Amino acid sequence: MQEIILESADFNDAITRMSRQIFDDNKNIKNLAVIGIHGKGVVLAKRIIDKIVKLAKDDLLKIPFGTLDITLYRDDIYKRGADIPLIKETAIPFEINEKNIILVDDVLYTGRTVRAALDVLMDFGRPRSIKLAVLVDRGHRELPIEANFTGIKYPTKQLVKVDYDKNIVVKI
Amino acid sequence: MLFNRKDLLGLEFLDKKEIQIILDSVKPFKSLFMRSVKKAPTLVGKTVVTLFYEPSTRTRTSFEIAAKRLSADVVNLAVNASSVVKGESLIDTGKTLAAMNADYIIIRHSMTGAPDILARNLDASVINAGDGFHEHPTQGLLDLYTIFEKKKKFENLKVLLVGDILHSRVAKSNIWALTKMGADVAVAGPPTLIPQGIEKLGVKVFYNLDEALKTADVVNILRIQLERQKENLFPSVHEYVELYQLTKDRLAKAKSNVLVMHPGPMNRGIEISSEVADSVNAVINEQVTNGIAVRMAILFLLKPKANKNAYSD
Amino acid sequence: MRIQIDDIRIIDPAFNKDKKGSLFVEGGKIVSSLSKKADRIIDGKGKIAVPGLIDIHSHLREPGMEGKETIYTGTRAAAKGGITSVFCMPNTNPVIDNAPTVEFILLKAQKEGLVNVFPIGCATKGSLGEELSEIGVLKKAGIVAVSDDGNPISNSQIMRRTLEYTKMFNIPVISHCEDKELSRNGVMNEGLNSTILGLRPIPAQAEAVMVSRDILLAELTGGSVHFAHISTALSVNLIRQAKKSGLKISAETCPHYFSLTDDIVKAYDTNTKMNPPLRSKKDVKAVKDGLCDGTIDCIATDHAPHAQEEKSREFDNAPFGIIGFETCLSLILSELVYTKVLTLSQAVAKMTANPAKIFNLKNRGNLQAGSIADITIIDLDYSYKFSKESIVSKSKNSPFIDRDFKGGACMTIVGGKIVWERKN
Repeated sequence: MQEIILESADFNDAITRMSRQIFDDNKNIKNLAVIGIHGKGVVLAKRIIDKIVKLAKDDLLKIPFGTLDITLYRDDIYKRGADIPLIKETAIPFEINEKNIILVDDVLYTGRTVRAALDVLMDFGRPRSIKLAVLVDRGHRELPIEANFTGIKYPTKQLVKVDYDKNIVVKI
Repeated sequence: MLFNRKDLLGLEFLDKKEIQIILDSVKPFKSLFMRSVKKAPTLVGKTVVTLFYEPSTRTRTSFEIAAKRLSADVVNLAVNASSVVKGESLIDTGKTLAAMNADYIIIRHSMTGAPDILARNLDASVINAGDGFHEHPTQGLLDLYTIFEKKKKFENLKVLLVGDILHSRVAKSNIWALTKMGADVAVAGPPTLIPQGIEKLGVKVFYNLDEALKTADVVNILRIQLERQKENLFPSVHEYVELYQLTKDRLAKAKSNVLVMHPGPMNRGIEISSEVADSVNAVINEQVTNGIAVRMAILFLLKPKANKNAYSD
Repeated sequence: MRIQIDDIRIIDPAFNKDKKGSLFVEGGKIVSSLSKKADRIIDGKGKIAVPGLIDIHSHLREPGMEGKETIYTGTRAAAKGGITSVFCMPNTNPVIDNAPTVEFILLKAQKEGLVNVFPIGCATKGSLGEELSEIGVLKKAGIVAVSDDGNPISNSQIMRRTLEYTKMFNIPVISHCEDKELSRNGVMNEGLNSTILGLRPIPAQAEAVMVSRDILLAELTGGSVHFAHISTALSVNLIRQAKKSGLKISAETCPHYFSLTDDIVKAYDTNTKMNPPLRSKKDVKAVKDGLCDGTIDCIATDHAPHAQEEKSREFDNAPFGIIGFETCLSLILSELVYTKVLTLSQAVAKMTANPAKIFNLKNRGNLQAGSIADITIIDLDYSYKFSKESIVSKSKNSPFIDRDFKGGACMTIVGGKIVWERKN
């Protein structure tokens, strides 16, 4: 049973709005960097970068982009069964010190993934700031973590999936 | 991705898929080494015990660094093998470690099957760091990872192992894993150092090193234990050097991109000449670096049985 | 005590007898009829009476190693296995190279033993392979053979002298046939399995080299040599050839050499470690062939008890040997008789008529009137699991634990006395 909670027309608007907010929030665009969390945060991060570049009206603008895998930093790695997550690449090919980092994930729920991602980033250096952008905020936080830029708020304990092919968000 | 193992006892017991999973898991660990902070909190609060009944600074240190980079607490136990013969049995030692809630036990033992005994009796994950003349699975895996990193394939790759095959657990682990991955494995050494029935494992046997070298894509030189001469397995170091040392001249006749490996520690000037050890073909230092990443991957992938005393969360 | 066993199948290989009838025991002997009414009448319907089984190769460990086994426990284990006579090897502490030790064992067996005990004396003093032991004195004290068993005589000259000297006593020299240099540090059979496991190998040739030496020395001296625990195809062939030339040669094998191969060593169970080691499929086949054509005369257990803590060591450090009294008969039935390698009569002969003949045991090994009433009663329909808990021997080192068996002893009579009978 799937139920669409974000139609494709609104989907694009949500990402555009978030990108606009991030762009407005970062007057010094040279210091901005975007890092997507594996798995789907990476796709969202790329779309946000594309939109920001358009907003900046500067074809030569290159916003530093990285990907980040939190598997090794998870607090529940011991609860896993035989199914081992394939660790994806943590690639941050730039100096993060003094950068204003936008950390991107598609869905925010308990906050544990973001906690782990923050720890990963701290092991890479000392950014000036880290802000969080998510497409869907499911509520039900277990840690004191909030998003700075949010697509939609949709409190639910049910699984929420972002489909980047159809540009919709569904509840399962 | 399924990997359901408590222990790593030998590569004989892994299938091709499992070996591939391990090799695929190594890169993220290796990329940790590029960061300013080279560790991750994966095994925070876990205890890793290295239990070495044979001295081996390299392997033990490699495991220790691997465990520490995953934030585990590491305890090193060096045991004098002779005291074991006299008194405490291996099972008792294992039970003592279990009572101390060790989560991972890394064991090196001069006797085949010692890791197996521990694995059967304990909830902790047991990693074989070399048992007798049997297997040294993490060395085998790091050799495979290094080969794959450089050659990008195993299928039909010609890998040659040179030297004391009879006493080499490194050779055994390499043979099992490489043949499973589709490589063509050959061994070269004097007949006295080639064990009976090795061809049945899918291995080609050469007595003449020059002939064996001609087609090799990878040549893995094994350490020769000098005390084997006392057992009349070869007449003298002098003759061994003459027949089996990998020299610059011999290497010149091999493929130009042949990979030269050695599990270390090297006897420079005996099984391998210094020029070869330091040549561009040699990847011996990469093997050491990869060894840490491979061992981290193993620690990550193995799953100790849940400790009954631990709080459930 | 007078015993009457009715309606039983009687197999007496020494006299080629296999027929139904009654068996009478009186005054410790087998008789053709009883003088008075029997004290006990046994219904033998469906059962088989055979001469009491003789196990010519065992280690009772007493004196000196009572932690592993004693004459008390060992003879009880033998009785349970349907064995009425056991030969005990001299590698005790002290070794059996002197009359007092022989007398001690015989006395102890008489006092506490449940079955007959026949000591084997050392061939050389201290089993050191250097000087002949006082074989004449030992013979007088009661030994039935000489052997240095696990420390085989490596010096060919000394072996020659032993074979020559024992001729006057008419007792065989039991050869453990192992070239200790070829087998040095070895713990398992040489082959693909030893290569895979990286365990130090013992080649089949370690046995065969000594078999051929001792055949040549038997030819030279006219002495009588008995080959212990034959395990290889090579040895079987050598013995088969030598027997054709009429030498005084006999041979035994053990149940594990016709029922197990070195494949099971892969589980690192130290109860699969014995000397000679478990061999290949080909060797197992050859041993069976040797039993079938008479090349191998006897089946013996090589019952070698070791304490749990000794066997729970690493494979290299664990001692060689397994217990065998309690599984011997069932293994013979399941591996040789039911599979039609041997007839039941031929199989029984390997533990009765043949050993009695080779070791000159008077009035044993048959069921003729006048013979000593050592009788084993076999129940072929009895199925059981050989559990660790059921082991009577003081040591539990058996690779057959938890194996399901069909057929075994249900009563053991020694010297006219019922020393063991199955309860259920």
